[in-house]
Amino acid sequence: MEEKTILERLSKEFPGGVRETATSLGDEVVAIDKGALLQIAAFLRDGPGKFSMLLDLTCVDYAGEEPRFEMVYHLFSLLRNQRLRVKTRLSESDLRISSLTSLWKNADWLEREVYDLFGVHFEGHPDLRRLFMYDGFEGHPLRKDYPLRRRQPLIRLKE
Amino acid sequence: MTEKKKKHPPAGQFITTQFNSLLGWARKFSLFHYPFVTACCGMEYMSAACAHFDIDRFGAGWTRFSPRQSDMLLVVGTISQKEAPVLRTVYDQMTEPKWVIAFGTCAVSGGIYDNYAVVQGIDQIIPVDVYIPGCPPRPETVLDGLLKLQEKIQHQDHDWRWKKKRS
Amino acid sequence: MPTRIQKQARQDTMLLNMGPSHPAMHGTIRIMLELDGERIVNSEVEVGYLHRGFEKTCEYRTYFSLLPYTDRLNYVSPLINNLGYVMTVEKMLGVEVPERAQFIRVLMSELSRISDHLTCLAAMAMECGAFTVFLYKMKAREFLWDVIEQTTGARMTTSYIRIGGVRADLHPGFDTVLKKAVEETRSVLKDVHGLLDKNKIFLNRTRDVAVISRDDAVSFGWTGPCLRSTGVSYDVRKAHPYLVYDRLKWEVPLGERGDNYDRYLVRMKEMEQSLRIIEQAAVRLPKSSRAFIAAGLPPAQAIRESRRRRVRTDIALSPNLEGSEGSRYPNILASGKGFVVPPKEETYTTIEGLIDHFKFFMRGHGLRPPKGEAYFAVEGGNGELGFYIVSDGTDRPYRLHLRAPCFHIVSALEQLIRGRYVADVIPTFGSMNMIGGELDR
Repeated sequence: MEEKTILERLSKEFPGGVRETATSLGDEVVAIDKGALLQIAAFLRDGPGKFSMLLDLTCVDYAGEEPRFEMVYHLFSLLRNQRLRVKTRLSESDLRISSLTSLWKNADWLEREVYDLFGVHFEGHPDLRRLFMYDGFEGHPLRKDYPLRRRQPLIRLKE
Repeated sequence: MTEKKKKHPPAGQFITTQFNSLLGWARKFSLFHYPFVTACCGMEYMSAACAHFDIDRFGAGWTRFSPRQSDMLLVVGTISQKEAPVLRTVYDQMTEPKWVIAFGTCAVSGGIYDNYAVVQGIDQIIPVDVYIPGCPPRPETVLDGLLKLQEKIQHQDHDWRWKKKRS
Repeated sequence: MPTRIQKQARQDTMLLNMGPSHPAMHGTIRIMLELDGERIVNSEVEVGYLHRGFEKTCEYRTYFSLLPYTDRLNYVSPLINNLGYVMTVEKMLGVEVPERAQFIRVLMSELSRISDHLTCLAAMAMECGAFTVFLYKMKAREFLWDVIEQTTGARMTTSYIRIGGVRADLHPGFDTVLKKAVEETRSVLKDVHGLLDKNKIFLNRTRDVAVISRDDAVSFGWTGPCLRSTGVSYDVRKAHPYLVYDRLKWEVPLGERGDNYDRYLVRMKEMEQSLRIIEQAAVRLPKSSRAFIAAGLPPAQAIRESRRRRVRTDIALSPNLEGSEGSRYPNILASGKGFVVPPKEETYTTIEGLIDHFKFFMRGHGLRPPKGEAYFAVEGGNGELGFYIVSDGTDRPYRLHLRAPCFHIVSALEQLIRGRYVADVIPTFGSMNMIGGELDR
């Protein structure tokens, strides 16, 4: 199965879900609707694409744009040696998206990290809590409106 | 010579200062350190502790991984805000006499990380005796810092007098 | 605040905390174990004790000036992190790196990779009790770091691999010191094979301990030596070759069972393959153009003289800049303005050079990749080290995300140690090569 076909196949199977497909700098990118994420991910993993590995899962905060956040998933197919980037937009008022823990096991920690640093809520995640920051930390540090140097010390610091 | 204003020190004080020096000599050459290693400086700590640049020849070779058994806390690497209570607890668990070396610029002042997650220097949490700068410091720098600490210990007033009042 | 395991623990079990400051935790992980005697019933791994805000800090730095931050990610193999970041930016810019620089990059990466594996296995062996192995491997690592220091200027955090190439060319005595380092490493590896490979104690502690199946490993997103120990042959250098890896002859060692012993053995064999790559690269390096060392004045004086006499004078660069003379630039750095620091001879003597230098470093000007995003992955010491950069056309990255390989490996730790003994946690954790800087960013 050639590389172009996976994007075409996706557009054919999920006409409503897939918004746009592109190839930028040699990477295949597909932008989808957030509601269709679980189905498309399951199709990519189990279908002809055989994307057996979730390489990465991250979020980008486009402050000032609406919808503000963009979830970016990097998938990898060991058999076909191909990478794919799946993107979907979330607006600030509805910062929820389905969790991929049922499909890939590392989605657990990856989604906890995104929840910790951006505040995105993952539906269906078994144990969504902070990963890097500590309990009692208010806010989500990687958002653009969180100042770089706002420290929230856990113990009383001198000076 | 015959200054009536100056009070002559009692003769026994010569012995006590010599005993103080003896205690200093014993303490400085038998330092048990607790390496509170977090980050990249840990690699240079490993180098300093191993065969090429040996800290064992200065008497500080034995690593005690328990705060109760060590007398020097070697804070190696960046201390994040999450780690700060842990550092404080470990320092409090150490028994007197204890010394602290801040190893690496992250421990000295937060290093290149001036952001929400990093404590800007461990002297905001615990008192520090010697600061070793460097990112990471070369093992020779580490040994130099250790020698400075040893000098400090040698000339320090060790609280051994049982009559001394404690505030 | 009670953690998940404290809430879920049974009444008849004991909770043991292997806290963040622990010798076997490599500094910064907290593992809470729920024990039934010595057996681990359940566990919880807490990370984040070395979260240094790398990704957020990078949004406030220019592409060039954030290079030292990348050194401190996987701090045992800093040159590979440099490489990953730099190749992502070069992908966005569409820059072609000269051949000699590519070979130098490969050589330096492999040296870093060997020192990564040496440190990992040394720590793992030391924690199992084999202190001699630790000392031997640190000795070999010192020789490797000698090579790195003489070439790059720093033992560890080098910032040597720059956008467009490398910072400086190799010095004249490079081959000698490299040969010595390779010999020492080979002899240490031979000694360690003899000490650990058939050692009954080591085998008891690592054979069939913390076994992971291939499907689980893939589902967890494992890459690198840990994945290859289960038998899956995926190495970014072979699958998506970059630099000159496809021109060199080397193999990918595979394990069978996915236990601790296989992870140890795969790393040992990978070090031998890395030594092979180094030897080939050192031989096949394209020749370097001779450096033109001007017999002139130090720059400050040359500027004064030229101002007085209005004549351009040849300048002699300081010894710190050895290897990065202007005549070496075609070997080590890509041509083209805007993403490479101009050579000092031009900066100090011509107005165009001065302007280029100024514009490179000035905020708002410098290196500005076109608007867009890119993901590039290199084979780090632990697996696929990927950088995802989103650029908005300015001189600072809009978002920089690191795909840390040991993040995924450590996320499987809870599953791996369930049902094992407390003592099994130590070699398991050691064989995973958790590096705090990469895990917590």
